[in-house]
Amino acid sequence: MAHITIDGREYDVDDTENLLAVALSKGFDLPYFCWHPELHSVGACRQCAVKSYRNDEDEKGMVVMACMTPCSDGGRFEIDDEEAAEMRAQVIEWLMTNHPHDCPVCEEGGECHLQDMTLMTGHTQRRYRGAKRTHTNQDLGPFINHEMNRCIACYRCVRYYRDYADGDDLRALGSHNNVYFGRERDGAFDNEFSGNLVEVCPTGVFTDKTLGAHYNRKWDMQNAPGICTHCSLGCNTSPGSRQGVLKRIQNRFHGEINHYFLCDRGRFGAGFVNRDDRPRQPLVRNADGVLEPRDMDAMRATMEEVLAATTGMIGVGSPRASLEDNYALRNLVGADFFTTGMSAHDQAASLAGKAALEAHAERIATLREVESCDAVLVLGEDVTQTAPRVALSLRQARRNRHLELAAQNKIPKWHARAVRDIGQYNNSPIFSATTQATRLDDIVIEPQRLRPDGIAELGFAIAHALDNTAPAVKQLDDDTQALVDSIAATLKGAKKPLIVAGTSLGDPAIVHAANNAMKALAAANAEARLFVTFAEANSLGLAMMDAPDIEQAFTAIENGTADTLVVMQNCLYERAPKARVDAVVKKAKNVIVMDHSLNRTVGEAATHVLPAGSFAEADGTLVNNEGRAQRFFQVFIPDAPMQEGWRWAADLADVAGRDPEWAGMDDIIDAIVADYPALAGIKDAAPSQSFRKFGMRFPRSPHRYAARTALYANVNVRERRPTVDADSPLSYSMEGYYGEGQPPSTLAFAWSPGWDSNQAAITRFQDEVGGHLKGGDPGTRLITPGTDTAFAPADVTRVDGWQAVPMYHIFGSESQSARAEAIAERMPEPVFRVNAEGAKTLGITPGNDLSLTIDGETHAFPLDVDPSLPDQTIAVPVGMHGVCGVRLPVGVEPK
Amino acid sequence: MIELSQTEIEHIQHEMTLYEDPGAATIEALKIVQEHRGWVSDEAMEAAAKVVGVTPTQMEAVATFYNLIFRQPVGRHVIMLCDSISCYLVGYEQVRDHLKTTLGIDFGGTTEDGRFTLLPICCLGDCDRGPAMRVGEVYHDQLTPERVDAILAEYP
Repeated sequence: MAHITIDGREYDVDDTENLLAVALSKGFDLPYFCWHPELHSVGACRQCAVKSYRNDEDEKGMVVMACMTPCSDGGRFEIDDEEAAEMRAQVIEWLMTNHPHDCPVCEEGGECHLQDMTLMTGHTQRRYRGAKRTHTNQDLGPFINHEMNRCIACYRCVRYYRDYADGDDLRALGSHNNVYFGRERDGAFDNEFSGNLVEVCPTGVFTDKTLGAHYNRKWDMQNAPGICTHCSLGCNTSPGSRQGVLKRIQNRFHGEINHYFLCDRGRFGAGFVNRDDRPRQPLVRNADGVLEPRDMDAMRATMEEVLAATTGMIGVGSPRASLEDNYALRNLVGADFFTTGMSAHDQAASLAGKAALEAHAERIATLREVESCDAVLVLGEDVTQTAPRVALSLRQARRNRHLELAAQNKIPKWHARAVRDIGQYNNSPIFSATTQATRLDDIVIEPQRLRPDGIAELGFAIAHALDNTAPAVKQLDDDTQALVDSIAATLKGAKKPLIVAGTSLGDPAIVHAANNAMKALAAANAEARLFVTFAEANSLGLAMMDAPDIEQAFTAIENGTADTLVVMQNCLYERAPKARVDAVVKKAKNVIVMDHSLNRTVGEAATHVLPAGSFAEADGTLVNNEGRAQRFFQVFIPDAPMQEGWRWAADLADVAGRDPEWAGMDDIIDAIVADYPALAGIKDAAPSQSFRKFGMRFPRSPHRYAARTALYANVNVRERRPTVDADSPLSYSMEGYYGEGQPPSTLAFAWSPGWDSNQAAITRFQDEVGGHLKGGDPGTRLITPGTDTAFAPADVTRVDGWQAVPMYHIFGSESQSARAEAIAERMPEPVFRVNAEGAKTLGITPGNDLSLTIDGETHAFPLDVDPSLPDQTIAVPVGMHGVCGVRLPVGVEPK
Repeated sequence: MIELSQTEIEHIQHEMTLYEDPGAATIEALKIVQEHRGWVSDEAMEAAAKVVGVTPTQMEAVATFYNLIFRQPVGRHVIMLCDSISCYLVGYEQVRDHLKTTLGIDFGGTTEDGRFTLLPICCLGDCDRGPAMRVGEVYHDQLTPERVDAILAEYP
């Protein structure tokens, strides 16, 4: 603790912090550029100048950079000092000499940190009349637009991209007045977290190209607190829309999950919402097999007939739909006829994941906590491709060693350059065993390439080495034993070891092994943490719904117990082999699908389609991989007869004569909680629909939202009355209460007076800059400690001969984002991969097609050699253009 | 995509052994390529990056930071004329103007016959004998317009 004075006010502050961070946390408006709460201080831009006084007698003081000044006890500082203010004004005037006067056409305008800082310093008149240097811009691919003329050379982009995200293809090129931030040539950024540049750049050099394609200003957007649906981590997003078009995804700060950064799949994957081919009205398949539109009344009549004639319904839920949607389906079909919609193997792995979390309820790492772990073992999961955001967190975890070395040398943790220099290649240890090379290998010690059974064995062996009462696996060879011992010793010696595992390899044994290792570690170290990733945004939520997997739905149709499949936002073809699904669909009399995308099930199998809202057109609750229930709110009202999946299911129940009488979200949430006491926490994930602050709702749009009347003047010149939200305490307008004391889960966008940029404005909503949201980070943890404390048996089913293992890609393996145009452009062509020896054995020249039959389905893709793969192992591309619906891993006989 | 010559590759690989981080040989690699090719083309830079094991962007960052790594073709002889204060005081301007007129090029230019490239340089450490310039590896000092003519004639 340090006692300091800023502008005559006294504070007791954290003495390990720098003055800029403290001043911002205390609410001072102190301008800055190169500093960022996650990138810390380098003192490059000279913008945060303040006056520092040696002691009470010192009347002269000296100008210092706040970001480079420790908060030492007795410090006396003046922000509101004439000399310091003049310096800040001069600095920005220099920075602005080359900056164009293009704000009116610049996409950053209205949320530009540079605009904010010019105003804050009072530099509102340009005096420089000389020529400005200009640059040629680069084509940086489908995600990011480049406009180098706007650059003020603060270096934030390379400090994020190189120093934080470990990207290798963005650098400062050139020197002196000609510094250029770009690549050596045109091309998309290689790093999976490049989209954060859009928010990290304080001006309009890097902007969101997907927003640019249908641009409008930040202040004209209608936003909502969103949850990313493209993996299981539940990163918080702020989707922005106008006139029923989803414009962009921005980061929404969550102090325990994504904090300031998203992955590119999350940021650029939402384009599927705007697709023309989405079902936007009720559809019925006619005798020619074509889906025909129906109006609401006609559809109701049709559904009355269908439901009156059915001999039985069976529900297929979905791990990518909300708890509400799934529960409403369960209510429609009956608890005994509801299935989770997960494949048998995914469900088995997910239940193992849930059990592991329950066994370590107190030790579940949040995404942010991953960053503070100083030794990591990743078992099986290629996180960059399956749960991307955690890969960025693991990159920070390895820097704990840098911070340790810095502390030993009395270097403050915020001194970014010094910490980096002293850290160099001294990383905190990260071990990883995966089926093939991963994008994290550069920070992994001796990356292990094993088949899923081998990975499970390695995990069990490490658990045994940590605690010899944990079951052992068969005799390991000397090298493996030495590796196991060294990993175990490292984890044991760490202050805060972390085990990461997941369900993507479809092998519950890997999760059991992680669970054992965790048990062995936790016995000796209460700080040990576990991080489990799941397949989809609500996989864990569905695992908590305690229902059978999709097999039961198929069996019910096959054996005639039911004749009607009711599908909630799921694609059957992603869950089972095509032949099986085709047979089931053929036998079923009706396939009623509530979905928002034209997937194969809607396109080929559905007899009746009810257009359900996507995350942008519905509210709902998702349970992320740490068991945190989080609410997402509807972004806009679609200009079509669409509604929430749960409303369709409730309407169908009504048609069947069992109206559940859910007027809004509160009612259905109450119903869920009554049926599932374990899900009681979802009620607190966000305030109820009737919650008000000083009698007011919370706005979806900033108060400068423009042209509300003009927008629809072509239809009617009278202003439309904003729709009243029946499901949440948010308003569909700029009216309402915004600011201090607002529940953080209702914060649709970040703005505060003087601070328009997303990453800086959020400071005013944090307990301290970069910390947690005031009022607590949103969401409720649902996982309660389980009773099972025994070690799992080290059962590993060894597979001999050729084996097909899944290969994921961040762009393409997740089916919703793969429908977004920008993501589709980055999707790799599907290939089968084997090692060189494998290609030789198969007698196929790389580049030529390998034909592989899995689950009765034959696929032919070019063969690609990946030397990292184990012998006799074929990596199979999972996703849209690759293979879906088959069980992997599986033994195969390649021809 | 071009390949570097065996000599270039071996030379670079030797430099890489001298550092804890092979990437530290980036600057030497660029010098080696320039020594053999006169300048560093995009293709040669990418080939060198591959040898060193860094990305082309990483190599470009180094290449463009140093103004004596030439990323555009240069003439057979590169003239580097000192424009620092000491030379300035003793007649740099006349020498500069004479060079520009004689060669018919400005700083950064190359004569049409590809014989000379003219570049400014800040201080050759020859302050007591200014004005000074370098042509290739050779220093010339106490320059006058007349001496410049004689010196240029030495470089075919």
